[in-house]
Amino acid sequence: MSAVLTPRTDSPEAPAASVDTTSAWSRWANDHRKWLFAAPAMAFVAVLIIFPVAWTGYLSLTDAEGSVRAESEFIGFQNYLDVLTDTDRFWPAVWRTVLFTGVVLFFEVILGMAIALLLWRPFRGEKWVRVAILLPLVATPVAVGMMWRLIFDPNIGMANQLLGWIGIGPQPWLAGQHSALPTTMFIDIWQWTPMVVLILLAGLTSLSDEPQEAARIDGASSWQRFRHVTLPLLMPTVIVAVLLRGIDALKTFDILYATKGRGGGSFHEVETLNVYAYGLSFDYNDYGVSSTVLIIFFLIIIGVMWALTYRKKGLGR
Amino acid sequence: MKPSKPYRVFRNSALVVVVFALMAPLLWMIAASFKTNVDIYDTAKAFAFSPSLKNYETVLQQANYLEFIGNSLWVAFAATTLSLLLGVPAAYSMSRFSMKKSALVVLMARVIPGVSLLVPWYYVFSNLKMVGGFTVLILSHMFVSLPLIVYIMMGYFDGLPTELEEAALVDGLTHIGAFRRITLPLSVPGVATAGILSFIFSWNNFMFALVLSGSDTKTLPVAIFDFVGYASIDWGGLMAAATVVTLPIMLIALFVQKYVVSGLTAGATKG
Repeated sequence: MSAVLTPRTDSPEAPAASVDTTSAWSRWANDHRKWLFAAPAMAFVAVLIIFPVAWTGYLSLTDAEGSVRAESEFIGFQNYLDVLTDTDRFWPAVWRTVLFTGVVLFFEVILGMAIALLLWRPFRGEKWVRVAILLPLVATPVAVGMMWRLIFDPNIGMANQLLGWIGIGPQPWLAGQHSALPTTMFIDIWQWTPMVVLILLAGLTSLSDEPQEAARIDGASSWQRFRHVTLPLLMPTVIVAVLLRGIDALKTFDILYATKGRGGGSFHEVETLNVYAYGLSFDYNDYGVSSTVLIIFFLIIIGVMWALTYRKKGLGR
Repeated sequence: MKPSKPYRVFRNSALVVVVFALMAPLLWMIAASFKTNVDIYDTAKAFAFSPSLKNYETVLQQANYLEFIGNSLWVAFAATTLSLLLGVPAAYSMSRFSMKKSALVVLMARVIPGVSLLVPWYYVFSNLKMVGGFTVLILSHMFVSLPLIVYIMMGYFDGLPTELEEAALVDGLTHIGAFRRITLPLSVPGVATAGILSFIFSWNNFMFALVLSGSDTKTLPVAIFDFVGYASIDWGGLMAAATVVTLPIMLIALFVQKYVVSGLTAGATKG
């Protein structure tokens, strides 16, 4: 009968739960769990982002140089004027950033789509292909840059040896003033096309088979099925891939630094906005100007993202 | 539906080309790491060479790589663990209460160019005498890991049915108790995915470590530049160093392939 009078002590589970609910702290914690859980992570990111971005914004309006301490003077939008009229380093860097991002995205999406379609249906040896696709993705970008540096070495590199075998003369690759940027694009495409493949493959496998079947019964050729059935259905995934890769391609640094070093080479031949801003900050300590470049760069990234997500929403409807 | 024979022949040859294009450079790097510099410069010995472990001796003994491996392991491990502690509950909250705007704050970290944060960080942390120490490196790597973990875990929690939690509440557990005893054990695969990806990204991170590490806390991607001199490059040593940096992470990725792929494609198919 005592069990009826004191039911809580009878079950082994109940005491813990009843203690939990009666403690004032845990009741408070439960009521506020939404923010209790989310706030630490948000605070961490906010502290590490908001202050630096605000400060970068402020620095861009000063002539801070050599040291970021207070002696620098407020000069309004002079830096912006200087940077935006700088056809020597800034605009070429913008152009290279746009070109690099555009070219690698174009090839990564086309090649990624082709490879994803090849892998779509099950086949023998699938496991090995998946391994080959995964390895470049997880390889350390700096090491990848070094690896290609040896392969593309004008004198001892395998690339020129291969060309020699098919009767083409040696190319300067990374060493050439005009061939360096395309070569770094090639390296980026080698490393990151697999990323697009994985994303598109995930998209393809989640598609239902019915529209395909219907189109097949209606007598559509495989190209027509791809063009009018698969591609439209896959479009949201393509845009996700473009968005993810696009943001990273705009910010490419590791491969450029590993292959060409500071300033994007002696003629700045691979100097993108990110490499330019890094050099201004840490090689020249030209903080005012570098902050200006960074703010402009940041606005470009936000703009591109906004344009792409806007388009994504438009397509979703 | 079975693909036609001509298509199968085409597909198989195309796949051989793809696999070769992706694997050959990596194998070439590993091969070069076993060559002496004399053999690397001798194009006649491109394939026929007698393997030597000399480069690995240089990397592991003279170049202090064992220490740098330890640094990389420690930074990646600490950043991952701390990011999981902060990120998993945050992702849970953001998923269950659909806190879109809050999630955006965390995901901003993915978008912002790292350089714009590095100047202020460098200034503040060098005044605090923290530059060159492990704390600042771990914090900066957490900045990479945390958004990744929140992003992956939000997707994971979105896909986890709420019924089991509700049943636990009926049985007398508190909300936090249900999260701890029901949801968390159920999300082990998601946490593993997020943790592995975070480890890989932290291991590979270069720019933050380039600025914020000191000679005692140097991580592998930065240490690799020790082999690039102003006048000449020790190619054999460089390739051995590159192999030492990439091989461990590749092996991890191979063993846990499923998690890496699901992490990299997280959220991609929701459109």
